[in-house]
Amino acid sequence: MTIPEIHTYLREKLPGAGLELVEAHPDPVIRVPAEAMIEVAGVLRDDSELHFECLMCLSGLETAEEMLVVYHLYSMRHGHKCTLKCGGPKGDQVVVPTVCRIWPTAEWHEREAFDLFGIRFEGHPDPRRILCPDDWEGHPLRKDYVPQEKWHDIPLTQRGYGRSREGGGL
Amino acid sequence: MSWLELLIAIVFGIGVLVFISLFSLVAIWFERKVSAHIQDRLGPMETGGFHGWSQTVADMIKLLLKEDIIPDAADRSLFKLAPFVVLAGSIAAFAVLPFGAHLIGTDLNIGIYYVVAVSSLVVIGIIIAGWASNNKWALYGAMRSGSQMLSYEVPIGLSLLVPILIVDSLSMQDLVAAQRGGFWNWTAFSHLPFALIAFIIYFWASLAEVNRVPFDLPEGESEIVAGYHVEYSGMRWAMFYLAEYANMFLVSGIAATVFLGGWHAPLPFLEVSVETNPFWHNAVGFFWFAGKGFLLVLIQMWLRWTLPRLRVDQLMHVCWKIMLPFSFANILIVSLWVVLAK
Amino acid sequence: MSELKELDIPLGASPEKISRLLADFEDVHGERLMVQMGPQHPATHGVLRVELVTDGEMIAEAKPHIGYLHRCFEKVCENLTWPQIVPYTDRLDYCSSMNNNLGFVLACEKLFGIEVSERVQTIRVLVAELNRIANHFIVIGTYGLDIGAWTPFLYVMQEREHILDLFDRLCGGRLLLNYIWIGGLSHDLPEGWLRQVRDYLDYMKGKIKEINDLLSYNKIFIERLANVAVIPAEVCIQYGLTGPNLRGSGVKWDLRKNEPYSGYETYDFEIPVGRGEVGTVGDCFDRYMVRVREIEQSLRIIEQAVARLEKMPRDDVKAAIPKRFTKVPEGEVYFRTEHSKGELGFYIVSNGKAKPWRVKCRAPSFSSLSVIPKVAPGLLIADMVALIGSIDIVLGEVDR
Repeated sequence: MTIPEIHTYLREKLPGAGLELVEAHPDPVIRVPAEAMIEVAGVLRDDSELHFECLMCLSGLETAEEMLVVYHLYSMRHGHKCTLKCGGPKGDQVVVPTVCRIWPTAEWHEREAFDLFGIRFEGHPDPRRILCPDDWEGHPLRKDYVPQEKWHDIPLTQRGYGRSREGGGL
Repeated sequence: MSWLELLIAIVFGIGVLVFISLFSLVAIWFERKVSAHIQDRLGPMETGGFHGWSQTVADMIKLLLKEDIIPDAADRSLFKLAPFVVLAGSIAAFAVLPFGAHLIGTDLNIGIYYVVAVSSLVVIGIIIAGWASNNKWALYGAMRSGSQMLSYEVPIGLSLLVPILIVDSLSMQDLVAAQRGGFWNWTAFSHLPFALIAFIIYFWASLAEVNRVPFDLPEGESEIVAGYHVEYSGMRWAMFYLAEYANMFLVSGIAATVFLGGWHAPLPFLEVSVETNPFWHNAVGFFWFAGKGFLLVLIQMWLRWTLPRLRVDQLMHVCWKIMLPFSFANILIVSLWVVLAK
Repeated sequence: MSELKELDIPLGASPEKISRLLADFEDVHGERLMVQMGPQHPATHGVLRVELVTDGEMIAEAKPHIGYLHRCFEKVCENLTWPQIVPYTDRLDYCSSMNNNLGFVLACEKLFGIEVSERVQTIRVLVAELNRIANHFIVIGTYGLDIGAWTPFLYVMQEREHILDLFDRLCGGRLLLNYIWIGGLSHDLPEGWLRQVRDYLDYMKGKIKEINDLLSYNKIFIERLANVAVIPAEVCIQYGLTGPNLRGSGVKWDLRKNEPYSGYETYDFEIPVGRGEVGTVGDCFDRYMVRVREIEQSLRIIEQAVARLEKMPRDDVKAAIPKRFTKVPEGEVYFRTEHSKGELGFYIVSNGKAKPWRVKCRAPSFSSLSVIPKVAPGLLIADMVALIGSIDIVLGEVDR
């Protein structure tokens, strides 16, 4: 099945979910509202026509206005792929339900998305940072991220070293 | 005891210590060369010129000059005590090793029994080291070592019983004297195949006693990061290392004495009898004894670089379920044999 | 120990059940010990910290902590132009840098719509397979070291040195190569290089048997690995284990056959799969043996690639490289390749500029490592070492 066909199929199965097909290059993407995410994920994994048993990748993505979680799914049985996006506007804290009870591999990927983007995953069994230290401030992969000056007395920026200018040698 | 005897005893004691040190020096270099050539490389080549013969000397000097680091929360007195206990356990047993016809510290009439008893001190030393380091990995190593060495004492004792039954004495010189004449008189080749099996069991169990691969779990480097001596550095660590090589020679020496004819030559004409020349009698005897011990040490090194290590439950399985039944069966059959032969 | 942490909740078990298990455990077994394995540890293949709660020698809980080697690859990519990212991909899994390059470059070529010539594709396959062999040698050697066999490590390192020499003559680097570029390659094959690859193939005949004799079929080695840390196929798929780990559990799945790229569909090779020959399907031995057999299959592919290249006329390997990367198509793509350690995926988002908007690297070791809390409870510490070695992680990839 191609992604538009998957979208149509899902619309029939879950008419109230509010799924949208978003055109993109080279393949379209299905946009899922956060409230419907778990239901949609369950159908995607368990329905025999779809059978997306593999979550290939789960990434955080920051666009101009939104903070999104991108899911890339694959079905070993049928050989088709699907891309989902779920998220919210950047202004407030973006909360997305966790899919790690459906695809356990998502557990660590979601921790990484939280660590680097600040997207909170509701219901995650272990919501702590994974790559950065536990007491790190800020979410590094955001476009507006400014590193803290020091971390445990280790300077991270030129200001942390006590210099007022950025750049200009050591 | 007269002053002369005391003097001779002291000289012999010093001689044994010198032998152990020299042996360790050579053995450590030799191990590095053996391991290198097995692994298709060269090993030490630079220090001293010819194939790096003085590499160990250089290492010893370096270790002597190292800073003495003791972890803050370690139990200081026990921490310092442990290497000495381990070394003492090994060295004490050298007192009854017959290096030659008259080259023996003291020919106790319970020689073998003394050796087995005293070398158990090593276990205590290792456990002290593991505990005093205040390090969980060291504790793992110590516990593993304790259980391993205690378990393997049993097959060692049982397999040593076989030559004792055959020769009917616990004294080391008696055991050697009963094997004179040629290699066909050696205990390992008499009462075939049972004494040979006893020798093989003794050899493998003694590998476990000295913590060598495949039984080097207590210092299983890739798992518990050097195990019981992980917190030791510098000269303290060197003492553990020295003790390991002393132990290696000790168990090889015991195997040579009890199973392989001691200081006797494999063929009678290769010996010098005591009437001909007592000095050469002893010297040649020393050569044969040290040669046999060294050969067994070489085999131990060879095994280290060839085999992987056993897991702790597999180790226990080998000891209790394989070596022990064989040892018991051995003793039974050999004692029957000895009684019926009389 | 008064501050004993709760068990990590395995999926499906209720908290009441877990606290009951905890209470039983403590009554019968007494105190449990929390030990840190790492971050400096000879057997964790990098800076990995595993927090173990052990009951004697048996592990009750294992919690990996990563991030000690995090070098902000994804953030750095947002400040580099597209071709400048390729050397950074080398450093993800530093043991098989050609495969990393290939994964990223193919993703970019799909997004930008670039097609390369057949010769470039064949060379890419050849060097990727050479690097796969080099990587598997490291895995085999270090696995032997973890189990206590010191010698095979040096033997396989010697075999690997020949491959690194080949790479040295090809592009100047031994480990971090930056060879496969977007739209082509950085260097064409030097004169006589193919003959040297042929010599290497001849040299390798019989070497696999040597390694098998020394290590793979050694009784003690088998005892240490058989029936240890069995990972069933469903758990593999659920936790995202791919590559030799998935094949070791009996699933015949290889992206080179199932989703071919760069001309892999034209090569004749087999997919080794774990058969449970000394224990259960999916134990450590199966995962290890799949890698040994993959080396043989890679040698087959290299032989075919060399035969083709000898007949092909030389062409310009940089012909398809765009002159400028300042205006590229917008869009996003997720492309995955069969890396030595599993499925390496790159999710790249382009907004038409010279620098990417987002690059996400889906590293195979990252997902492989996440299975440890599920599989480790019940193993002995020695088995933990065997497990970590068998799932073949490299922290460069895990932490990026």
